[in-house]
Amino acid sequence: MLSLLRSMWLVFLHMFHKRDTYQYPEQKAPLPARWRGRIALTRDPDGDERCVGCYLCAAACPVDCISLQATEDEHGRRYPEFFRINFSRCIFCGFCEEACPTYAIQLLPDFEMAEYNRQNLVYEKQDLLIPSQGKYPGYNYYKVAGLAIKNKDKGEAQDEEPPVDIKSLLP
Amino acid sequence: MTNAWWIIGGVLFVLLNTAAGLIWLERRMLALWQDRYGPNRAGPFGLFIVLADTLKLFFKEDWIPPFADKVVFVFAPAVVVASVLMSFVIVPFAPGIVVADMNIGILFFLAMSSLGVYSIVLGGWASNNKYALLGAMRGASQMISYEVFMGLALMGVVVLSGTFNLQQIVEAQRGLWFFIPQLLGFMIFMVAGIAETHRLPFDIPEAESELVAGFHSEYSGMKFGMFFIGEYLGITLISAMVVTLYFGGWLGPAFLPPVIWFVIKTFVFISLFILLRASLPRPRYDQLMEYGWKLLFPLSLLNLLITAAIKLWLNT
Repeated sequence: MLSLLRSMWLVFLHMFHKRDTYQYPEQKAPLPARWRGRIALTRDPDGDERCVGCYLCAAACPVDCISLQATEDEHGRRYPEFFRINFSRCIFCGFCEEACPTYAIQLLPDFEMAEYNRQNLVYEKQDLLIPSQGKYPGYNYYKVAGLAIKNKDKGEAQDEEPPVDIKSLLP
Repeated sequence: MTNAWWIIGGVLFVLLNTAAGLIWLERRMLALWQDRYGPNRAGPFGLFIVLADTLKLFFKEDWIPPFADKVVFVFAPAVVVASVLMSFVIVPFAPGIVVADMNIGILFFLAMSSLGVYSIVLGGWASNNKYALLGAMRGASQMISYEVFMGLALMGVVVLSGTFNLQQIVEAQRGLWFFIPQLLGFMIFMVAGIAETHRLPFDIPEAESELVAGFHSEYSGMKFGMFFIGEYLGITLISAMVVTLYFGGWLGPAFLPPVIWFVIKTFVFISLFILLRASLPRPRYDQLMEYGWKLLFPLSLLNLLITAAIKLWLNT
């Protein structure tokens, strides 16, 4: 009985405590950098698309909300022809980010994506692509990949040995 | 005669608005005690949340399950509101402001408040749903066990004042409010009252973590709203009765009119109901029955016996 009265008194004292509420629209909650919110496609330091259309994100996605079509430009550089995420299915698990070999797809700390119309939750490539490097600044996939593209031949990548001439006997 | 109609209309108006206002008060107070702000967007201090809730209740789909007993299903929620509103007939808000000044006031209150259980049992049974039926069964047995000593606890007041008339009971407290000589009776009545309104921690008929929503699982729209309003009316009724019987009703220092004293005291008890909801855990079902029959029932008998003995001793 006394313990009941005591707990009632202690709860009553909470009347004078500080409030823990975030007054949301005016006062935003501080989200950690690794918060899994809206998905975006980031760019490399040169401002080009990072995504190489490898389909790994779409394969890793447990709810199959990502669809894309890869294509190539004239220098052999791959990029997605279209990239579509249906956010009404997305569960924000972050598997696509885990699977991405080029740090292209990233989940951002932003959850304010409410829409009145369900169709507006289907984001196309122009909605997803942001002019930023996201969480991994300075990383450029094509600078480390051993692929010959524009402005970079084989063997010119970062930490890459020049290719061996297999037709020659010289060391 | 016209005066009586004014009082009836006024009492109805005030009570129904109080019940609606309690939606806001409860959410706001609970928020305060849980370190939140509660409703604070719609209107000043979020007061329009009441309007929003009412609109929502009116415009929700009012669905009657095809497997339900339709007549009883529709009838049940009306019973609780009607029976609680009927109980208010005998509550004296101030000298002269009472709908019916009955000599059997307390008996009428007990009779009407025990009718409330019909609403729960009929509602739970007519829903034709096992959870609802379980809730109704729990409600019925809780009501039976707590109704008995609710009446017995009140008898202490009756013995002290020598009347069932609530106005005379209030007048009898002019020297000393009854909660001092009848502290045990007050506490037992309070517990029984909480169980009577099936408020937390005694919300066992609708325990949402065990039964989906208990007896009103199948209810929607305004029929659910009636149960909702009935619960708040019940809180107001029990608070008003506690104030009338144990805390001197409208009595108080003369700088405020009597009816204001009554309202202030009643709101203190309504807040106490909400504080109880914020702080206490729900007892297990068998614990509730055991507590009622084995502890509170003998205690209320003992209270009555001792009160009567002292009264006799003082009179001789």
